Amino acid sequence: MPTTIDLESLGFDNGGHLLVDRALAGLDPGERLVVRGRHPALGVHLAAWCRAEGHRLDPDAAAPTIVRGSADRDRWRGAPRAGRTAADVVPRASREWGLAARSALVEPGGPALSVDWVDRDLVWADIAPQLYAQATANQWDPATAVDWTAAGSVPDDVEDAVVQVMTFLVENEQAALMIPARLLSRLHPHYREVMQLLAAQAADEARHLEVFTRRGLMHRDRLGLSGAGGRASLQTLLEEPDFTLASFLLSVLGEGSFLDLLHFLHRHAPDRVTADVTRLAARDEARHVAFGVAHTAHVVRADPGFLHRLRTAVERRHAALADTAGLNKQVFDALVVLAAGSWEPAAIARGWQDVLRLQQAMDSGRRRRLEYIGFPDDEAAALSALHTRNFM
Amino acid sequence: MSRTLLLGAVAYDPKVVTIWTGFRSWFAERGLDLDYVLYSHYERQVEDLLAGRIDLAWNSPLAWIRAERLARARGLELRTVAMRDTDRDLTSVIVVRAEADLHSPADLRGRTVATGAIDSPQATLLPLALLRGAGVAPTDVDLLRFDVGVGLHGDHIGGERDAAAALLAGRADAACLIDASLLLFGRDGTLPSASVRVLAQTEPYDHCNMSVGPAADRALVDHFGELLLSMSYADDSARPLLDLEGLKEWLPGRTDRYAALDGAVTDTGFYLPDGTLGADDYRP
Repeated sequence: MPTTIDLESLGFDNGGHLLVDRALAGLDPGERLVVRGRHPALGVHLAAWCRAEGHRLDPDAAAPTIVRGSADRDRWRGAPRAGRTAADVVPRASREWGLAARSALVEPGGPALSVDWVDRDLVWADIAPQLYAQATANQWDPATAVDWTAAGSVPDDVEDAVVQVMTFLVENEQAALMIPARLLSRLHPHYREVMQLLAAQAADEARHLEVFTRRGLMHRDRLGLSGAGGRASLQTLLEEPDFTLASFLLSVLGEGSFLDLLHFLHRHAPDRVTADVTRLAARDEARHVAFGVAHTAHVVRADPGFLHRLRTAVERRHAALADTAGLNKQVFDALVVLAAGSWEPAAIARGWQDVLRLQQAMDSGRRRRLEYIGFPDDEAAALSALHTRNFM
Repeated sequence: MSRTLLLGAVAYDPKVVTIWTGFRSWFAERGLDLDYVLYSHYERQVEDLLAGRIDLAWNSPLAWIRAERLARARGLELRTVAMRDTDRDLTSVIVVRAEADLHSPADLRGRTVATGAIDSPQATLLPLALLRGAGVAPTDVDLLRFDVGVGLHGDHIGGERDAAAALLAGRADAACLIDASLLLFGRDGTLPSASVRVLAQTEPYDHCNMSVGPAADRALVDHFGELLLSMSYADDSARPLLDLEGLKEWLPGRTDRYAALDGAVTDTGFYLPDGTLGADDYRP
């Protein structure tokens, strides 16, 4: 007795094939399914549908009878899963999986994904999922997170310093936005938490661009100076093709130092808006640094020889920047004025000392992170000293 | 180097390039040198097949009828090496609006009947033959013909879609469609559910086939046919091509289900017995 299904008045123009497919799923190729129903075009629809789906309609049967074909099963024969479970982050993701979600059953034959990084240990950090959750929970709206009405009155010659520093920050944030954006487009989406984190990082930088630009233009109609040396320094970050080296140079060394700078600016902010924007940006940057450090440490744990490549990357960048001026004079002086809060000689002296302390704090922070990654302390000190004078 | 087998196909859609380029590579990987030539319509393809300029023609059923007639007139022999599983046992239908007071083909006398293109076997020639068989001559009805893609022998679905739209809009009382189009239009909303009713249905007939020219190297064509029939839907290098070409499996060609179309061609004088073009208003 063949299996029978009753579609009642349901036609194939109204989803009838779902019920038929469901009934056929339980049969083996060659087995028969009798289809009953009252839809006037059932016979015509069924014949056309069977033909298209690779089933056969038995022309000699009294009631419409499908002889099950095998095409639907053939399509999935040998199909691999992109990871055994959704939590299975495999050591090497197949480009043949294309854009399939982790743990999905992947029909063979799709286009291979053109991505560069398919090895877990080259992009991963175990903390990535938590950092991403933290990043999404801590997104803030520049329109409401900053009290833009609290502009206050900043002396004109201190405001000049704010504008110059904001000009510098915007330039740096533009590089910091472009780098994760470039990295994530070359990453296999199997490592989606890293991709999500990089996307959140790019979104963070987009907000930073907005708030620093807005603060810079609060009392002016244009920004300050852009030094060639600073831009050359940032450009070397953009040109680093390797995922880990780019992450190391940008986040561990660059954004790590930048974090100290943002804390410094927050401390010495001449108005509430400057204090707000640097505080909010610093919160995000801390997350970026955390991933960079965790990822680089992950790579070094898997391959201690990678320390050599990190060292070479720092030395190469130092050599590339040897003939540039580094931090432009105007930025450095602006930081002194901000720390001083006025142009009184005694205040300037105080500000000067504060900026020196800032540089020392940056240096010790870099050394700490380098040691965490696996460098011996003397080597960490030497590498930290080679870091760009441009902070980022 | 082995001899090249040259196949003709009609470019009814840009995807045809993808399809035959894919087949060409697939055959090359199996040591058979296949190349293809694209035609803008079936008539030149058939003429070139008979003239030996191509070895194989991926022919519409109407092109097969003409090729056979041309071959017979010249004392040549044609055969077919394969067809798709989806080329077997198709039917065409004449549909009317669900609420229309039309219950048999005879009721269409004096009514407007929408068809596909002049050269569409499925949406014009066969359904009109069905009407003729029921005693309704083309002169008994007002024909509203949608000549989309003339020369493509109905491969372009636009004419059928226009006919269905005309029926729904009340500009026609009946529309002629292939069964697969009735299903498609029902599912994509062109013909909303329960808006139309099947008034008549043809007997099953076959559609395209891979026709072999009289000058083709028999052994080479047989090898081609064996490889073609070995294509498996489970093979992910072949499946995208099969999906694009609309089949799950190649089957041996058969030529015994073209009689109804041959009769329709004769009755309308679409082609003359020697295969020359007979329909006055056919301009491929």
